[in-house]
Formats: sequence, structure tokens, C-alpha cells
Amino acid sequence: MTARLHHLLSMEDLDAAMIELILDTAHKLHEIADRPIKKVPTLRGRTVCNMFLEDSTRTRLSFDLAAKRLSADVLTFTGKGSSVSKGESFRDTALTLKAMGIDAVVVRSHSSGAPQQLASYIDVPVLNAGDGWHQHPTQALLDLYTMRHHLGDLSQLHVAVIGDILHSRVARSEVQGLRTMGARVTIVAPPTLLPPSIQGWGVDVVRSIDDIIDDIDVAYLLRVQHERMQGGFFPSSREYARIWGMNGDRLRRMKAGSIVMHPGPMNRGVEITSEVADHKRAVISDQVTNGIAVRMAVLYLLLGGGPEGAGHASAEVMA
Amino acid sequence: MRLLLKGARVLDPASGRDEVADVRILGEDVVEVGPSLTDDGDHVHDLAGLWLVPGFVDLHTHLREPGFEEAEDVATGTAAAAAGGYTAVCAMANTDPVADSAAVVEMVWRRGLEVGLADVFPVGAITKGLAGEELSEFGELHDSAACVDFFSDDGRPVASAQLMRRALQYATAFDAVICNHSEEPSLTAVAQMNEGAMSSLLGLPGWPHEAEEVMIARDLILAAGVGARLHVPHVTTAGAALLIREAKARGIRVTAEVTPHHLSIDDAAVASYDPVFKVNPPVRTVDDVLALRAALADGTIDAVATDHAPHPPETKDQEWEHAPCGMLGLETAFSVVVTDLVEAGALDLLTAVARFTTGPASVRNLRGHGGSIAAGHPANLTVVDPAQRWQVDGVQLQSRARNTPFQGRTLQSKPVHTMLRGRFTLRDGVVQS
Repeated sequence: MTARLHHLLSMEDLDAAMIELILDTAHKLHEIADRPIKKVPTLRGRTVCNMFLEDSTRTRLSFDLAAKRLSADVLTFTGKGSSVSKGESFRDTALTLKAMGIDAVVVRSHSSGAPQQLASYIDVPVLNAGDGWHQHPTQALLDLYTMRHHLGDLSQLHVAVIGDILHSRVARSEVQGLRTMGARVTIVAPPTLLPPSIQGWGVDVVRSIDDIIDDIDVAYLLRVQHERMQGGFFPSSREYARIWGMNGDRLRRMKAGSIVMHPGPMNRGVEITSEVADHKRAVISDQVTNGIAVRMAVLYLLLGGGPEGAGHASAEVMA
Repeated sequence: MRLLLKGARVLDPASGRDEVADVRILGEDVVEVGPSLTDDGDHVHDLAGLWLVPGFVDLHTHLREPGFEEAEDVATGTAAAAAGGYTAVCAMANTDPVADSAAVVEMVWRRGLEVGLADVFPVGAITKGLAGEELSEFGELHDSAACVDFFSDDGRPVASAQLMRRALQYATAFDAVICNHSEEPSLTAVAQMNEGAMSSLLGLPGWPHEAEEVMIARDLILAAGVGARLHVPHVTTAGAALLIREAKARGIRVTAEVTPHHLSIDDAAVASYDPVFKVNPPVRTVDDVLALRAALADGTIDAVATDHAPHPPETKDQEWEHAPCGMLGLETAFSVVVTDLVEAGALDLLTAVARFTTGPASVRNLRGHGGSIAAGHPANLTVVDPAQRWQVDGVQLQSRARNTPFQGRTLQSKPVHTMLRGRFTLRDGVVQS
């Protein structure tokens, strides 16, 4: 049995057994969504604070729904920028939350490391919902869940992570999660959007999608953010789409059974053509659906439940 | 007042003396140094087992007054200096108002005299308001009571090569030194930490070593071209040390400093995301740290300078991205160098003392500081207890702020007495305010 989950800050903190536990727990909780009453009383009386310090719709809604399906009370705290603009330190903000007696904090921040800082200030579980360029562990977990569902044994997979690795918290979490599960990972990116160093990442880097397109099980495309298009990292979105984008021709060269994934929101016509985005082998809406179950599982495990309890939660619904 | 300091190990880099000796002080000056001086009715201090060194000089201190007294002021900053064994500090120009007029530099200089814990040598701004557009009035600052002969826009680089060239040229009229914050700003627009394996892992925008080296290379070429004196502050990269070493070999008039934190801390510390480790230029890689130690030992780098940069908790305890850059340094500097360099065998003790005394004195005119322990010299002296092991605690420091990156570390050796012109400013570890 693996150690208990105290916080979820980074995929780096999770070993394979813990990842398996989260995915198995999510699997058990998944069926709740298929019930007429999509709610179990598991976290009744517990309060989860959703602290979203950066604009986010998809992730916030997903966490909101996950907590509510477990019957937790949800306190949403949104704001942009730093607490310093209010003359308060980030530490003070954290201590205020602690004083309110909440049971867990889900935090999204523009600042890399903010969830880790928060965890050092307060003693309740902290769940990283995305921090700067650093980590987005629940995204990686829902992606692993989705890959496992479609393709089976993760250790047998070859996944290409394609696009803006440098600025991507998804890429960092994705690579670590896949490597922990024993998958082979290849990175494809314009050289200007590679991190300064991939020392210790355990990945291969290739110059062109076309070098590996017929070997991969998953083409994982990253969003090209608008500011990167303006930032001179590559000459034009047209050139990006031609060299680094996923299109129908490339999709047709992929192996039978292989899938295309994207964390959303997509820039159609840049990193992915509409033909691919709407193709049956693109499992992008599955990712969104699975995100709720995975976030339920993580909240459940962070707030003290074990694997038996998850079965029980599910059993309660079936009763 | 006659004092006799007996039995200390006298380490005097200017003369090369490293032996047990006695030092007699009359009034403000040293009058006699030698083995076993006889007690002529002096106040005798037995310093057996301790090191007696010239008072330390810091080329790079942010005293924050005027304008940012919630972080530090001349009184608390010079108390920290005295506690760290310093008798003189050079106060950086990024105050509010900026030190670009005689009024500001004279005020800071006079506050130092009034407080009496360390001499304060103000640094003048290179450009008016640190705006990087027009030269400040070097002549007015130079001819003021503060006698400014050292100019820096520290914290901000002089980005324009034309303006930097003019500053270097114009400074030669006063035999003044130009100290440019070495950072090519177009390469560091969003930088948060050293660029490399750690920044890649931590998802923080990188501050590449090239940004420092490109600027130093430019400035060395410009200084050589006009025959001016350049001082390179807080050198942090192996490549920068190499550039300076080569420039010195070619006869370019350049001096350089390194901070204790860049000699001691590498970018693995940032993994905690504790903003106490956020500093500009950033802490670099282990390889850089080792190269800096070698450059300090071989004289490529002339001085250890603290870049003492106090910040109050309400601004420092932010998310990493929003926290200001800077670390305390005055009260830990010498102990850090002893612990991490001297004890580790990277630097001999007399050279270490030189980098805190004669080294800084080779950079600018320090009027009686950083000199020799010899008859006729002012009694600006520091006594260090090499046996003392102490644990750093920001709350216990003299600085108003607490942002020490050495919090909780146990250091070897501690200044126990500091003397400014024959008067104790630190005695038995207590600041004499």
C-alpha cells in the first residue's frame, strides 16, 4: 500500500502505485455520472475552497462539479494578481483561509510554486489545479485515465507530446506521469519552445512529427497560446500549423487504434485542424468527462478516504 | 584613550602579516603593532585565540534610506554592518528620492556620521532618477561633502550602449568608477530565476547567464575604448568570471565583486519556491558557484560585496513571481565565506580577509578603510572569534528585515568586536548604539 496522499502539488510526488490508486478510485466513482441522481454523500459536511487566482473556466467548473458530486460544500474564491495589491502578503491570505476552518484548498495560480508555498503555510490538503508553467497534476491524471481506458497498459505506450513545452504546465505533469507509469515519451516542438534543459526528463526529442508519426499510440497536442504567437517564438501560426500541427494527412499515418488528445481549449487551424479535432480518434471530450471523476477521486483520497471507501461511495449510489 | 589589543592572530593583507601580535591604539589611530607590547597603563583587551583584521568594507549595500525605511534605514543598516564586522558600507543609489543629487548623498553620508556605527559612502546614480536616459551630475556629486567617486544604477542596467559609453567617458574627469548592473534587459524580460535544468523543472522563466555575460562583454569593450574604470557588481556566472579574467590580463581597468550568496547557494534552493531565495542576479548552478570561488581566490574577483537588500515580510512573503528580489547579507557575509570557502579549502584565510578589506579599497577611495593594521592608520578594526558556531535566525539580526537566505544554517566564526576609529561599534557581540 502506498503512503497516504497529503497534498497533490506535482506529478513528481506520485509513485506508480499512487497513480494506479487514483485511477482505480476514479474508475469506481465514474459511474456516479451515469446515475439519475449524480451525487453521493461521501464528503458531506466537508468544505472545499476553490481558490482560483487566475482565469479558468473549464478547470474551475470541473472541480466544482467534482466536489458537489461528493456532497462537499464549495467555497469559491476568485481573484487576479497578487495579494500584495491589497497590501497583504500571500502568507496572510493563506492564514485567513486556515482560520476559516476549510478542509481542503484547490488552488489555481498564475505563479509557479504558489500551491507549494500555500502547503507550507497551512496544514490542510492543497490540490494544485495548475500553477504557472509548473504543474497541472489533475490534467495529467485525467489524461492517464483516458489513455488507460482507450489503450490499456500505460507502460506499453509511446506518447508524443507536441507543441509549446516551455510554457506548459500540462507538459511537465504529463511527461512525469507518463514516465512514472513506464510509458515512452517523445517531445516535438519548435526549438524556441523547448525548455532550456530536459536533463532528467527521460524523454526523446525529435525535430519533426513526421519522424515518429507512424510509431506513436498517442499524439498529445498542446495549446499554442495567443501570446506565444505574438512573442516571436515562431514566425507565424501558418508556419506552425504546417510544421508542428496535427492534420488529416498525419492522422492517417498514425497506427490503427492510436488516439489524439488535447487539454483544451483548442486553437483549431493552429495545433490541430478541425478535421482531426472532430475525428472519432480524437478523444478530447472524453478527457473533459474523465476529468470530473479523476478530480472526485483526488478530493476523496486527499480528504481521508481509502480505496474501500471509494467502493462504498459507489455502492451507496447503487443501493 | 589608550587601548592595547593583546594576543590576537593579526591578519593584515596589506602587509601580508599573519602572526600573533599586539596592537596599541591611541585615540582614533593605531600607534604600534608588534609582538608582546608592554602595558603602559592602557585598557588591555585579551584577544588570545581571536583574529584581528582590518574593518570590513562593503561595496554594495542597500540601506533603503531615504524612501524605504520600512525595510531598513541608516541606523539599522549600519547596526547590521557593525554586527557583521564592517566599518564602512557603500550605500546604493536606488532610494526615493534617488541618490542623483548632492542633497540626497550628503543626507545619507551625514546620517552615517550621526549614527556612528559605520562610515557610509554613498553611491551616485549613473542616470537621473535611474531612468537610463540622462547622466546625473557626476561633478555635483563628486564635489559634495559625500565625495562620490563611484556611480551605479544598481538594479537597473544602463541599456543604451551610447549612454554607457558617455558615462564611462565623463567619469574619467573625476577618476570615478562606473558600476553597471550587468543584465541585458531584452534577454530577461520575464525572468524569475537562473535559466537551466532547475528553471525547466520548476516552470519559472529563466534568467540566462548570457544576459549577464553579453552586458559585461559590452561594458569591458566600452571601458577599454575610452580608458575608463569599470566595476562589475555581483558576478554570478562562470562565463562572466572568464571575461573579467581575460580583460584584466589585457590591462583593461576593471574590478569585480561577488556576493556571499552567489558563493554559497545554488539554484537547487529555488525548488522550495521560498521567495527568500529570489535575488537579482539569480543564484546560479553549482558549476557557477565553484567557478566564482576560484575567481575570488585567484584575484579575478577583487571583493566580496553583500548586495544587502532588506525587504519587509509583507512584500517578500508573496508568490515567487510577485516577490521582490534581494537578500540580507551584512551580518552573515564573513561567516559564510569562512564556513563555505575557507573551511572547505577553497580560499586561504588571509586572502579571504583581503577580499573584505584591501580588495574593496582597490575599487574606490575609502578614506582610511580597507587599509593596513599599522602605525599611523585609523583604528578601523574587526575581531573575529573563529571558534564560535552560531545558527542564523533572521529575527535576531540587527536589520529591520528578516530576509536572510541563511535562516537556520549553522555558520563557523563570528565577528565579536568592531572598532571604528578607536571606538567600539560592536563589543562582545553587542552593537554599541
